[in-house]
Amino acid sequence: MTLYSIIFYVLAVLIIASTGLAISRRNLVHAVVYLVISFFGVAMLFYLLGAPFLAALEVIIYAGAIMVLFLFIIMMLKVEAFEERFFPIRQWLPALGMCVIFIVAGAFMILGDPDTRIPLKAAAAEPVAFGHYLFQAHWLAIEIISLLLLIVLVAVLYLGKRKEQYK
Amino acid sequence: MIVPYSHVIVLAGIVFLMGMFCAVTRRNLIMILLGLEIMLNSGAIAFIGAALRWQLLEGQAIAIFILAIAAAEVSVGLALIVCAYRRKGSVDPGAYN
Repeated sequence: MTLYSIIFYVLAVLIIASTGLAISRRNLVHAVVYLVISFFGVAMLFYLLGAPFLAALEVIIYAGAIMVLFLFIIMMLKVEAFEERFFPIRQWLPALGMCVIFIVAGAFMILGDPDTRIPLKAAAAEPVAFGHYLFQAHWLAIEIISLLLLIVLVAVLYLGKRKEQYK
Repeated sequence: MIVPYSHVIVLAGIVFLMGMFCAVTRRNLIMILLGLEIMLNSGAIAFIGAALRWQLLEGQAIAIFILAIAAAEVSVGLALIVCAYRRKGSVDPGAYN
């Protein structure tokens, strides 16, 4: 049990606990704040697993941008008064069946392959090397992603217009 | 030496399961979208672990693409929720059929 593995287990408990709290909150603002804590945990996990650049991006994009977007929408829509009810039990049964299949398949996959028991060696990808790699090996995918973001921008502007403006 | 790769996969699987449970059982469009975000995030965790396991940078590149896809998906999803809320005045998915 090295220091790295202790850090990993602490982060795993933090991530699972805050995600579990987030998905069970009735108040949407509380759910989003718990999820921000979960994303900070994931960012630290990325740093531990050797991706410092992605850890920074996780904090900036997920915890910073996406969650603030959620908070803005929650404040805009006034959904606090909405009495939420969980699904009845017969609709839970398919979900639980799917969960059991998922857990069984995952357990078979992990226990059946002896390669998964090799401990990971600590290593870190330098941001400069990672950037060079990304723009040399995956430049086309980067362009496609940027085009996708442009299309999304246009789509969101179109969806966000009020209907009276069309007339 | 950190932990075996299987522990990272188990962590990603648990987080994915939580996201799926949230997306399936909550009756609120915003919580469903949050569940989708959690699922995408767990996929990124699994890819980062795999990148360290095989000492390849491909996993980290895919994780960056997952981040971009998540940002695109959440912005379109929230715009659609605002549209639907203007039309029906509710974010309950049962109110739209």
